[in-house]
Amino acid sequence: MLAWLKSPASETQVTHGQRLWLYLFAGLVMFLLVVPTLIVIPMSFSDSQYLEFPPETWSLRWYRNYFGSPEWMQATATSLKAAFLTMLVATPIGVVAAYGLHNCGVRFVQVTYLALITPMMVPVVLVAIGAFYVFVKLSLLYSLTGLVLAHSVLALPLVVIVTGSALKSYDMNQELAARSLGAPRWKAFLTITVPQIRFAIVTAALLAFLTSFDEVVVAMFISGGDNPTLTRNMFNALRDQIDPTIAAISTIMILVTSIMMALAQVFGRGGLEK
Amino acid sequence: MMMTDTSISLPHGASLRRDGALERLRLFGLSSPALLLVLVVLVIPVGWLFYVSFIGANGQFSLENYERMIARKSYTRIFITTFQVSFLTTGLCILIGYPLAYFMSQLPSRWASLALITVLVPFWTSLLVRTYAWLVLLQKQGLINQWAISLGVWDEPIKIVHNMTGTLIGMVHIMLPFLILPVYNAMKAIDHDYLKAASNLGASPRRAFWTVFFPLSAPGLLAGSLMVFILCLGFFVTPAVLGGGKVIMVSMKIVSNIELFVNWGAASALGVVLLALTVAILWVASRFINVANLSGGGR
Repeated sequence: MLAWLKSPASETQVTHGQRLWLYLFAGLVMFLLVVPTLIVIPMSFSDSQYLEFPPETWSLRWYRNYFGSPEWMQATATSLKAAFLTMLVATPIGVVAAYGLHNCGVRFVQVTYLALITPMMVPVVLVAIGAFYVFVKLSLLYSLTGLVLAHSVLALPLVVIVTGSALKSYDMNQELAARSLGAPRWKAFLTITVPQIRFAIVTAALLAFLTSFDEVVVAMFISGGDNPTLTRNMFNALRDQIDPTIAAISTIMILVTSIMMALAQVFGRGGLEK
Repeated sequence: MMMTDTSISLPHGASLRRDGALERLRLFGLSSPALLLVLVVLVIPVGWLFYVSFIGANGQFSLENYERMIARKSYTRIFITTFQVSFLTTGLCILIGYPLAYFMSQLPSRWASLALITVLVPFWTSLLVRTYAWLVLLQKQGLINQWAISLGVWDEPIKIVHNMTGTLIGMVHIMLPFLILPVYNAMKAIDHDYLKAASNLGASPRRAFWTVFFPLSAPGLLAGSLMVFILCLGFFVTPAVLGGGKVIMVSMKIVSNIELFVNWGAASALGVVLLALTVAILWVASRFINVANLSGGGR
């Protein structure tokens, strides 16, 4: 241990001992990044109104509350439907756009690319109130279609970026080879390119799903009526008082996210880390 | 595309070029569904908001929505709060995130990917869930107060949420991954031989860090800070929940202008200013870094 402390840690011969503060600091920050969120999980099994930790008596009370409530169930169904449809809309549109822009070499490719990632730069409140206004005119307000359209715009930049960066490291000559052997372009794309960038496509699809599933501000404005989303209801509940049912829902949402992350790790290695 | 002719004379060259141009146009056309979506759901609505912001209460063109922003003290305060929160959050993220990214960049790759998970887990976890967790932890009967009292740090429950402190804690927690990821990527790309060279030439570790390592990581730091700052400017959920009505940012005023007062003019004008600020910052930044690469994975 002592030897380790005195051994050099970097090219500039700083020893591990001299950098101990950095290790402690980093450990603390990593702890604070992960644990505060996860602490909701044990709390959600507490029997008390006040969310104790550690819970004195354990119970499934808040889960029963959640699963027993038609409102929460309906909101969950809306959120899942919207997220799934957003994934189905944003992924193909974004992948095809990224592919087209990657290959076409027209002068305004850069501008178009920027246009496609603007939804990420524009403050989401603006997207929300803008969509609210337009959807009133198109009578899409409170409809699933409207929600999916708005969420697809928010998810689009992620799909374009993830697919675009995968295409950058893909050798387009492989597709050229297929085409010189007589395959039409679309067939070369589907059978040669898509299988090789499928990791990126899967990651993009999962990100699109989560973008919609977690989205609050747009949903606050354009979902409602018979179709409020889970996040909209949660946000409204948070503004009033701290309802322990939210802890149970949070736990379930963490579970959903973890499954998505695991799926991305299995199918989309290196997608986001790159 | 397949040319089976044996000789390519000039007219063929021209038609080939035309074919090429057509092909490129067709490829460009593949982005049209995406562009259409952005146009209908983003560009047209925001354009309309821009128009509405210049319409006064009497339905005529007027600048009253913008004049109100300058004249009223409450609006000035909102802009000050917004910048305060954004600067403080960005600053704290740099102070906390840079050392962590540095630490991760020095780890052997297996440990680094493990450390990276601690950054990616919050990045993927729902914003609302994380905000809620902080609300539960920081409230008066919350865990932090309980522990601090039982450890004797302070005597009675103090207010650490529904104010600026709580907002900042939540915001920093949510923004940290946006800073750490680009900084970490920039640091990973640094060739460590430069540091060895600096050391060999007699630079102290401190000097080697500040004159070699830090400047090389600066583009990543700039990109990350910019991303955090811009996200903060338009943030809504976390200050709305953790600020308890005491921290009012521009986006919250936009929402209340519509939900409470149904004043589209005032809300739109605020929105236009917020958007203009964002674009201006990005424009200035684009002279130093490639903004298209900024998005190292944002939400």
